[in-house]
Amino acid sequence: MSDTIAADSETLAVPSAAPRETRAVRLRNFWADYRRSWVAVASLIVIALLIAASFGAPLLAPQDPYDMAALDWMDAFLRPGTVGSGGYMHLLGTDNAGRDMLSAIFYGLRTSFVIGLTAGVLALSIGIVVGLAAAYFRGRTEAVLMRVVDLQLSMPAILLALVMVAMLGQGVAQIIFALVVAQYAYFARTTHGAATVERGKDYIEAARSTPLPTHRVLLRHLLPNVMPPLIVVATVQIASAIALEATLSFLGVGLPLTEPSLGSLISNGFKYIHTDRYWLSIYPGLFLMITVVAINLVGDQVRTILDPRNAR
Amino acid sequence: MLGFLLQRLIQAMIVIIAMSVIVFLGVYAIGNPIDVLIDPGATAEIRENLIRQYGLDQPLWQQYFTFVGQVLRGDLGTSMVYNIPVTDLVFSRLPATLELVFVSVCIATLVGIPAGLYAGYRPNGIAAKAIMALSVLGFSVPTFWIGMLLIMAFAVGLGWLPSGGRGDTGSLFGIPTSLATADGWSHVIMPAINLSLFKMGLLIRLTRAGMVEAMSTDYVKFARAQGLPDRQIVFSHVLRNISIPIVTVFGLELGSTLAFAVVTESVFNWPGVGKLIIDSILQLDRPVMVSYLVLVVILFVLINLTVDLVYARLDPRVRLKGGAA
Amino acid sequence: MSAALDVRGLTTRFATRTGHVTAVNNVSFSVEPGRILGLVGESGSGKSVTGFSVLGLIDAPGEIAGGQVLIEGEDMRALTPEAQRRMRGRRVAMVFQDPMMTLNPVLRVGDQMAMAVRVHERVSKSAALARAREALEIVGIPAPAERLKAYPHQLSGGMRQRVAIAIALLHRPSVIIADEPTTALDVSIQGQILAEVRRLADETGTAIVWVSHDLAVVSSLADDICVMYAGRIVESGPAAEVIAAPRHPYTQGLIQSVPSLHEPGRKLPQIPGSTPQLSRLPTGCPFRPRCPRATEVCASDPPDLGTGGRRVLCHHPLETP
Repeated sequence: MSDTIAADSETLAVPSAAPRETRAVRLRNFWADYRRSWVAVASLIVIALLIAASFGAPLLAPQDPYDMAALDWMDAFLRPGTVGSGGYMHLLGTDNAGRDMLSAIFYGLRTSFVIGLTAGVLALSIGIVVGLAAAYFRGRTEAVLMRVVDLQLSMPAILLALVMVAMLGQGVAQIIFALVVAQYAYFARTTHGAATVERGKDYIEAARSTPLPTHRVLLRHLLPNVMPPLIVVATVQIASAIALEATLSFLGVGLPLTEPSLGSLISNGFKYIHTDRYWLSIYPGLFLMITVVAINLVGDQVRTILDPRNAR
Repeated sequence: MLGFLLQRLIQAMIVIIAMSVIVFLGVYAIGNPIDVLIDPGATAEIRENLIRQYGLDQPLWQQYFTFVGQVLRGDLGTSMVYNIPVTDLVFSRLPATLELVFVSVCIATLVGIPAGLYAGYRPNGIAAKAIMALSVLGFSVPTFWIGMLLIMAFAVGLGWLPSGGRGDTGSLFGIPTSLATADGWSHVIMPAINLSLFKMGLLIRLTRAGMVEAMSTDYVKFARAQGLPDRQIVFSHVLRNISIPIVTVFGLELGSTLAFAVVTESVFNWPGVGKLIIDSILQLDRPVMVSYLVLVVILFVLINLTVDLVYARLDPRVRLKGGAA
Repeated sequence: MSAALDVRGLTTRFATRTGHVTAVNNVSFSVEPGRILGLVGESGSGKSVTGFSVLGLIDAPGEIAGGQVLIEGEDMRALTPEAQRRMRGRRVAMVFQDPMMTLNPVLRVGDQMAMAVRVHERVSKSAALARAREALEIVGIPAPAERLKAYPHQLSGGMRQRVAIAIALLHRPSVIIADEPTTALDVSIQGQILAEVRRLADETGTAIVWVSHDLAVVSSLADDICVMYAGRIVESGPAAEVIAAPRHPYTQGLIQSVPSLHEPGRKLPQIPGSTPQLSRLPTGCPFRPRCPRATEVCASDPPDLGTGGRRVLCHHPLETP
């Protein structure tokens, strides 16, 4: 018991003594902690493979599933493992239009990642700006900004996204916009919470009392200290953005059928759910599930490591 | 207590007003409602008449107050697809949704809280690890996909349960509900489980975290030093303490369950308001969209208000603070 | 007279990543009814773990590895977990350090006390509340009936600690382990509580083990003193003798560093170095690196010197004057 207390005071003492030199050390420690969970390591590998498959889709996929000329109606509903008219094996079968499912899934994954990451990064940026502004300026700015954020947080993301889609219509840009509107509030809340804690500490007061411009204090001093919790929220939000996009596309209000997306593939497969053509919906669904769960597991591990209560 | 209540009521009113502006702007002012409302083939004269009839020639703020006035009188317009008053339409669909949400919330609570308590009580056991793995699946895997898997397994594969629809309804206390018939239950159980999983995952995590934290507190150690059995410590001491965050999230998630019913209803073809809103978005039936949103906002505000009051009941420290304010 | 609490060779250890850490190492002491034993040591010396071990409240990764805990001759360690539970609160009770944390914030004082009564006795809720009120009166709480309806946050710190002591007294236990119960309180309240505890021990005949880092408090309160260092009892004996003529160099260092026990106007001597980490103890006497009297022989385990109630664990004890 006393052993852990002594160890804590040691790890605490190091960064305050030499903050710059320890960044690499901290990263190495972080990885050592991360590696402790084989599930989390496996998840990271899975995500890397999925990203490679999705962005390498034009090279890896046997077919461009959205080039209508390449599709052959004779190839419709081929079972997984069948060789079609193209002369190659359809590992995961083909859909009602004769589209190779594996190719469609790779292209669909690409859309999912592009939308999830773009929405995530935009929401993160806006959230940071709003949260930091609220925490830094305090007073009325803080009250108004955080009231709006709280209000939005009390509304489920799916509902906000539905309203946005209803207003803006369908398409990639519209979906990203809807996701950003639905999700920036999580980042703003987290940033504000962490920054409020930080700003009470002496070093921010010290920085404010020097003639440094406001944005420098915010960016150089406040931001690095609110990053850790934001990383956790970001992983979870990217996963939920991907899931939300798929959900909207499944409901038919997301991406139009001409855009490849896991959600629209599953939605298409859903029409055949009562037949034995399971592969139309099962495979895109599995890829969606694996993607989302893997990202969440990575986020979970990062959260566990960053949780001060689990400090070594 | 009265001051506390009043303060919360004022907050609730502000939220409703803010949301009404957003809903109004979102649905009526953005885009061109004229194109949606009026047949493109109509003559210029008919167009003019209709524009005047809908009040679209008036300034925006005036349109807003007309809209608010109508909403206050309970007039939300007429569905352009079904051609019946929207309020009638929504209220005819509401019981199906509420019953679905009710059953799923019950399932989530009855499974989630005991599972979370157990996982927090023996956090290193195999059962706890399994419970936590399931909870990760529960709130990360998209609802619609799990719903489809359920249909494939239990309706298509095993043939045990119907794949969709509401089934027979009976009357329970004068309300038509599927919970009064066996056929109704067979229809409601699968969508309800589907809808409950997200909330269940969340409740498990929350309960577990609270339990783990509470078990290491001094008051639990003190209770053990008094010779209280663990069962009593959990149910008399810990549950009361962790019920505060659980009730808060539970209430907030009630609204989100209502919203996620949109997805489950679409998967299981459940004739509730969620299915209605998706259909109306696809068919650009704006009056239906507006009334759904107004209804949801009001429900949300009511739920939040209830949560605040329950919170104050559970935590004596909050009660004291509210009384002084 | 048989001892209310007789601890023999108690050893408690914790499993860590690098192996076992022995927090309580072969600890023996006994307290007779109505007497107060002061268990003194720096934080991390194992004194609190000793208290929890006596009640059998050590959770994984910790475990009680050996020894006996005799409560009026009955060995706690030989009992089933359920029988141990029935001993707790009834025959041996405990009071904690921080009164802000020991009471459940969301339950009324009366409900918590009634629960503590009814866990060991089959009485009605109203009878239990009556017992609770009596107990509050005994510890000197004014208007006890009203306090029963209060929530913990409505009471002051001193008042809450009195409530905790009253809970410990509910079943007239043979032994109460008091784990630094006055450390978190104001000095004036501290004095009141100490007087109260002394009176209770005398009147009820309850034996009290007073765990503390504060030698000044213990010397004024306790009948006997055990000094703990790195999980071991290094010196024990009647309080007056230990304070007046310490034999272990560590005890001497402790006494010299307490202002009130020292001549005013002189610079306070300090014990050099700091509390050792239990995972990195030197061989032999753990105090060796900080000890002014240490020699090579101290690298071997120190002998248990002294007789009867006056013992010291040291190769080079100070001579009694």
